[in-house]
Amino acid sequence: MITELEKFKGFSAKNLPKEEVLAPGHRACQGCGEVLALRMVMKALGKDVIVCNATGCMEIITSPFPQTSWQVPWIHIAFENAASVASGIESARKVLMRKGRIPKRHVDILAVGGDGATGDIGLNWISGAMERGHDFLYVCLDNEAYMNTGVQRSGCTPYGAMTTTSPPGKKSFGQVTWKKNIPAIMAAHEIPYVATASPAYFLDLMNKVKKAALVEGPAYVHIYSPCPTGWGSAGERSVEFAKLAVETRIFPLYEVIEGRYVISRKITKPKPVADYFKGQRRFRHLSEEHLSFIQAKVDEEYARLVKLAEAT
Amino acid sequence: MGKRVGIEVSIAIADAVKLARADVIAAYPITPQTHIVEHLSEIVANGELDAEFITVESEHAAMSCCCGSSAAGARTYTATSSQGLALMSEILYHPGPMRLPIVMTVANRALAAPISIWNDHQDIMAQRDIGWIQTFAENGQEAVDLTLHAFRVAEDRKVSLPMIVNIDGFTLSHVIEPIVIPDQEEVDAYLPAFKPRVRLDVKKPVTMGPVGIPEVYTEAKMAHNEAIKASKRVILQGWKEFAEIFGREYNPVETYRSEDAEVLLVTMGSISETAMSAVDAMRDKGASVGLVRIRLWRPFPGPEFRKAAGKASVLAVIDRCLPPGAVCGPVGAELRSLFYKMPGAPKIFSFVAGLGGRDVTVERFEEIVDKARAYAKKRPTELYEVIGVREI
Repeated sequence: MITELEKFKGFSAKNLPKEEVLAPGHRACQGCGEVLALRMVMKALGKDVIVCNATGCMEIITSPFPQTSWQVPWIHIAFENAASVASGIESARKVLMRKGRIPKRHVDILAVGGDGATGDIGLNWISGAMERGHDFLYVCLDNEAYMNTGVQRSGCTPYGAMTTTSPPGKKSFGQVTWKKNIPAIMAAHEIPYVATASPAYFLDLMNKVKKAALVEGPAYVHIYSPCPTGWGSAGERSVEFAKLAVETRIFPLYEVIEGRYVISRKITKPKPVADYFKGQRRFRHLSEEHLSFIQAKVDEEYARLVKLAEAT
Repeated sequence: MGKRVGIEVSIAIADAVKLARADVIAAYPITPQTHIVEHLSEIVANGELDAEFITVESEHAAMSCCCGSSAAGARTYTATSSQGLALMSEILYHPGPMRLPIVMTVANRALAAPISIWNDHQDIMAQRDIGWIQTFAENGQEAVDLTLHAFRVAEDRKVSLPMIVNIDGFTLSHVIEPIVIPDQEEVDAYLPAFKPRVRLDVKKPVTMGPVGIPEVYTEAKMAHNEAIKASKRVILQGWKEFAEIFGREYNPVETYRSEDAEVLLVTMGSISETAMSAVDAMRDKGASVGLVRIRLWRPFPGPEFRKAAGKASVLAVIDRCLPPGAVCGPVGAELRSLFYKMPGAPKIFSFVAGLGGRDVTVERFEEIVDKARAYAKKRPTELYEVIGVREI
């Protein structure tokens, strides 16, 4: 058991922080599931945090100079390197505190990026930071494509999904690859804490983010983030889709604590994946055969996760 | 007073970084810069320097870590070369406008293809416009002194800009030279602790690196440009105080036997030492030849250079970089712009030499001066010439 987590009582409906660290008035699209998740992340972390933002939707909607939504120190350098910037900050604070040049106090360091910034272009940088063991947390807000540049496919785009660079056509049915398993890659670094979370389960999300901040060393939280603009879904249904993704076992919620898999929400009676696909334009071209294939693969992956949880 | 020792230049630079009491070093191995960071690792491992050494997974990550570290308020150093500098390129554009005073040594090396580990200036010339203050060292002593000067200038609140000290790979980085390693007390007197105007601090939150919408982008770039131009005063002041404490004088440009010279060689970096020998040899034969060496490359010291060039009628500029398809080499082009339509301006020719470790000998300098003189009499079809190309 990780000692830092022993004392953590967890958030509940009774002790939710009232303070908004991420100020309203930002420029996110209506129904943005990503900014909703980010708001919960910041609520969980509070004000003793330095944020390193990768280039992407959350960066541009919160920082059009001279306006800013950030009530905490925030830095953006580039697309792929938030984890490296965080490494530099963490190292700087360590040495400056040691030398007595800044007051000794714990400050969380959060690196945050989208699925492209995390799993594609930034994988090298994150891997380096995790391997070196910096005390920081990395949050991936996964909306399953490059939304900021106009909905291009990423390694995290789900099988069959339509994007502007995985269009269905006479010789294609959309994304041909299965979603890249970034949490597993992070867990392979043997870091103390990895988790998946969803804004539909906000207490679970906030608790996981807080745990990730509490553990000493690197931690990773992968958050499913509905994108009405990119998915062709109704803005008011974002939370519903986030919930459906969990209930269909498409996006299972779990933690990997010191290599031990713990399923946060066991889905014993899963809804059919077809329920999740309805209402999302990115999936509407899919045939029955595609859906059966996806259903079988989702079941197989969930079974594997259950086995991992049993075995570890 | 410091102690004069025989020491490898890379080791001496690492010692200078130690004397500067760097807080964070983030670096990745690449030839010929490696000896600097290897020695710094040793210094940190031995507890001689209380610093965090971040062993990053790439040069891009090195510069990214440096940005984070500097923004958090730490004195930050890195070193690289060639392909490493090219890989850093994207991030090199950030610390200038974001006013992060990172100090970096670039052990200059050729760029692939074909891959070459040897010295020229193509790596740094490809990064000419990154908006860092840039100096070029001629010898080991200067490499050490310019490193200390770089921390002093970069971190000055009137400047707050990143700074590169260029040293020639191998011809400087790997040679053993007699170098005065300054005393810690002298360095402490010269270099105050880094006190940034703003840093990432939860007590005073700031937003760093926001989006620059069209209404503010030009102003942001302009502010950076003004800052780098204004930095020259602090650069000169930094050298003046350096001379007072350490007794070694530095100027933006240096001259050698340039008074009344008809032809001036123009060089940057360690090649200048051979150029001085060449000037001596040519003077012995009665030729009216001198040398101007550019130490400060950015901001470009226009007035100082014009003064140094004096009344020379021909400038033979040595460019250690061949920009394919360009009108001439970058230093040649810079000087042509500087003198354009100036009354009594010298005729300027660019000679591309010393690429990928090719030696530039005294005889080559003599050839360059002869050619420059000949071209001055009738306008050549090209404004540059590649020197020392082997007949195949």
